[in-house]
Amino acid sequence: MRALDRKLLRDLWHVKGQAAAIAAVIACGVAIVIMTFGAMLSLRQTRDSYYERYRFADVFSQLRRAPLWVGAQVGEISGVAAWQTRITHYAALDIPALQRPAAALLVSLPDRGEPRLDRIALRSGRLPLRGRDELVMSENMAQALGYGPGDKLAVLLNGRKRSFTVAGVALSPEFVYVVAPGQLMQDDRTFGILWVNRSIMEAAYDLVGAFNDVAVRLAPGASEPDVIRRLDLLLARYGGTAAYGRADQISNAYLDQELEQLRTIAIVIPPIFLAVAAFLLHMVLSRLIDTERESIGLLKSFGYGNREIGAHYLKFSLVVTALGVAGGCVAGLSLGRWMTLLYQQHFRFPFLLYQADPVVLAAALALAFAAAIAGAWAAVARAARLAPAAAMQPAAPTMYRRTLVDRLKLGRHLSMPTQMILRHIERWPLRALGTSFGTAMAVMLLVTLFFFFDAIDALVERFYFQGNRQDAVIGLVEPRAQNARFDLARLPGIRATEPVLEVPARLSHGHLTQRLGVTGLRPDTALRAFRDASGRGFTLPARGIVLSDKLAGLLDLRRGERVEIEILEGARRRAEVPVAAIASEDVGLTAYMDARALARLTGEPGTLTAVQALVDPAREAELMRRLKGVPAVATVSTRAQAVTALRENMAKGMVIVIDFYIALGAIIAFGVVYNAARISLSERGRELASLRVLGFTKGEVAYVLLGELAVLALVALPIGCVLGNGLARLMRDAMETKLFRIPFVLQPSTYGIAAGIVLASAVLSAAAVAWRIHRLDMIAVLKTRE
Amino acid sequence: MSSAVQAPSRASTVVFHIHALARTYRTGSVEVQALRGVDLDIFKGEMLVLLGPSGSGKSTFLNILGGVDRPSSGEARFRDHDLVRMSDRELTLYRRDHVGFVFQFYNLIPSLTARENVALVTEIAAHPMQPEDALAVVGLRERMDHFPAELSGGEQQRVAIARAIAKRPEILLCDEPTGALDSPTGVIVLQAIERINAELGTTSVIITHNVAIADMGHRVASFANGRVAQVLTNSERRPAGELRW
Repeated sequence: MRALDRKLLRDLWHVKGQAAAIAAVIACGVAIVIMTFGAMLSLRQTRDSYYERYRFADVFSQLRRAPLWVGAQVGEISGVAAWQTRITHYAALDIPALQRPAAALLVSLPDRGEPRLDRIALRSGRLPLRGRDELVMSENMAQALGYGPGDKLAVLLNGRKRSFTVAGVALSPEFVYVVAPGQLMQDDRTFGILWVNRSIMEAAYDLVGAFNDVAVRLAPGASEPDVIRRLDLLLARYGGTAAYGRADQISNAYLDQELEQLRTIAIVIPPIFLAVAAFLLHMVLSRLIDTERESIGLLKSFGYGNREIGAHYLKFSLVVTALGVAGGCVAGLSLGRWMTLLYQQHFRFPFLLYQADPVVLAAALALAFAAAIAGAWAAVARAARLAPAAAMQPAAPTMYRRTLVDRLKLGRHLSMPTQMILRHIERWPLRALGTSFGTAMAVMLLVTLFFFFDAIDALVERFYFQGNRQDAVIGLVEPRAQNARFDLARLPGIRATEPVLEVPARLSHGHLTQRLGVTGLRPDTALRAFRDASGRGFTLPARGIVLSDKLAGLLDLRRGERVEIEILEGARRRAEVPVAAIASEDVGLTAYMDARALARLTGEPGTLTAVQALVDPAREAELMRRLKGVPAVATVSTRAQAVTALRENMAKGMVIVIDFYIALGAIIAFGVVYNAARISLSERGRELASLRVLGFTKGEVAYVLLGELAVLALVALPIGCVLGNGLARLMRDAMETKLFRIPFVLQPSTYGIAAGIVLASAVLSAAAVAWRIHRLDMIAVLKTRE
Repeated sequence: MSSAVQAPSRASTVVFHIHALARTYRTGSVEVQALRGVDLDIFKGEMLVLLGPSGSGKSTFLNILGGVDRPSSGEARFRDHDLVRMSDRELTLYRRDHVGFVFQFYNLIPSLTARENVALVTEIAAHPMQPEDALAVVGLRERMDHFPAELSGGEQQRVAIARAIAKRPEILLCDEPTGALDSPTGVIVLQAIERINAELGTTSVIITHNVAIADMGHRVASFANGRVAQVLTNSERRPAGELRW
């Protein structure tokens, strides 16, 4: 080994604590890149191959009733590679263990063989046998309710209770995300998918020789809009409700959204770590070079060139980076696998394709080394530039000035140690700024991460308490007349009811169209509150339509403009209605109308699809038991249960990664403060030892060193909070999807928690340094020349 | 310089009583015996010069007197305080209350002005002088608002002396106070120490390599191999102003 490399290793060993702190920060950055990108790419690959293996369809359409031979016509549409007709229907379930109604979407399976499209992945058991009352239950529901093969389940088929045996439990690419109609969130206990043999469905719903659901797979290169248009044309006379592609398929849209959010995090967070690591490298290398001036001069006097000297110090940063990268790769790969597994469970993929993408690894590596070189460059260049004679001289004594505090005569009552702190900060403002900024980065990161918890709270508050005032929404199996509501109103515990009519529709403005469910409510509704963008409340107008601001944005519509509405069921009527108001809403694409006006458009006045109600909390349990026996009722969601489901979903989804990042934020704070403290200690060891000799206690000496760090950390907190607020907004905007907007709310306590974690981390690193003050060698320091 | 060995006549009260003092340093497997049994009493108000080659143990001795180091064995008493058995905290208070230190490399705090460097000590001392008065003693009143980087070496050392005496210490310990200075500047510094010893009666111990400086002490202790080889009493002291080297 060359002597210079030996020196490098010794230098590294000499600053091992700091090198380790830097390597840890680099490792975090690299690990996050590998972990999140690895998870995201693996999940995408898994999803694609899941879709492919189980032949997930490209275009979907529901209709009222079409004879089976129409299926063949679907197959003849140009661009259609494969097609599958089915019967689907919502049905209420009777689950004895459950104190409230539950429902399922029944989906037919061919009596013989596998479906051509949208196949199911059996997790246990087998497919139903022909001629037996057997079914396959979706895994989410089976697990939530504890059902498995052999268990009995009562289903209300077209109003008649029929007992089935669970033959198997399965997953389906079509139902990665399962949500009951009219509900916002998945609730596995009360809603699931049941696959039943076609012959049973035909008989129960009077669809012998017919179908009410068709799925299509596109030929390579086929145009989805073309196929949708032709399919609509073909199915219109059979009560088709407008075909839609994968983008509008709820489960797929939800999956896309989650993967997109994962990507946003993967893009935004790692650069912060790498920037901090670069800064730390710069700090440590600058310091090292300052203490090495004489050695540099000596090496140059021996004939070492600028390039060799520069390379020597650059190597230092590359070795530290390599250590960090190695640690980051190992951690990133295993954490990535673990995280992907968590998401696999969350999404219920039947298998997992996890592989480390070499491109991601290479990119993480390149990023880390780029950051290292950027951080080291200025310090390395300075070392290379030192003239030998100048380098052999000790650096000129540090020139201090009176600080602003002195000039303003504020310092008169400050003790000398406090003066030392202030002057030291003012003497190296850039370094102080750097330390503060690095610490602020940690605060920023934590504020941003904790923001998501605040946002979920705010979402719950706004959606379930301010926007929706009903205690329960009772979904009906199929549209009913108004008297269904009066029947429900007589049940115990119901204090008030209002009708809800939910109608699938397509809204168009120019070339922009959106497919969604339009909600019809009573204009004087007391159970649904609307706010405009400025937060003012308004009531549902009797004329026109109210659009959520997201929907209005997508359709480029403003208040007073007209929107074309096409009802996607029944007679498929079209109408032009004025936009009466824009409502500020966070969740889903929503539009509201007076229920009577909406019913007129459907051609079936007076119908309703759900009832929203105020419930006496004392009698809620009794009400739920009674509702279980009402055949017309498909689902009941109560506010409490919906809020729980929403939180669980959030906790499983986006929040999986957040705990990681919190730990990582603490590592950043530790790395920055520890390095700053160590550098300060090595630069000022002589000064501090002098103080000890002069009779200052260890505590008083620690105050001079750690007081400065405390000042810098305290400066960092508000900066970090402001930056965190900004980054949270950025993340919020980046993570906004078609279905979902995260409200921007940051509680004061969130800043407090973020600041608390960073301070705790800073105190920990201060304690590590205080231990060194404890061992400060007074004698050695006094004997050496400055 | 007189060569007579005799008890000091100027002072009678013993400030330091040192007996069989030994100090051993261990670094890894290497053991260095810095002091191998020093016996010496130091008297109130005297100026004692410690002479000796590098490694003879004089700095170790001074450090033990000053409470920044501890002996491995032996006795070291300051009045009725046992320096050997003092806790870390007690040693800190001992330095704070009784000892003034002057070092070869001044050890001023670069971020504090001359006056503030002195104030650093007066703020924690029991009966200090005004920092301005301490600086006047060393003739630096006019330069007291300068930072160390704005002062010459001699001026910096005089600030260090002012800092050492501002607490009105009973003992002033100087380790090579002129080691980094040229002769005329060194003389000015020594005059300051001489004046303090004479006017304030501060017991002063000065380490030096420089034999010329020995002439200004009441006594001269020569160190060799971790022991006091001999103690000489100067029958006639030379004023610092007359010293040249």
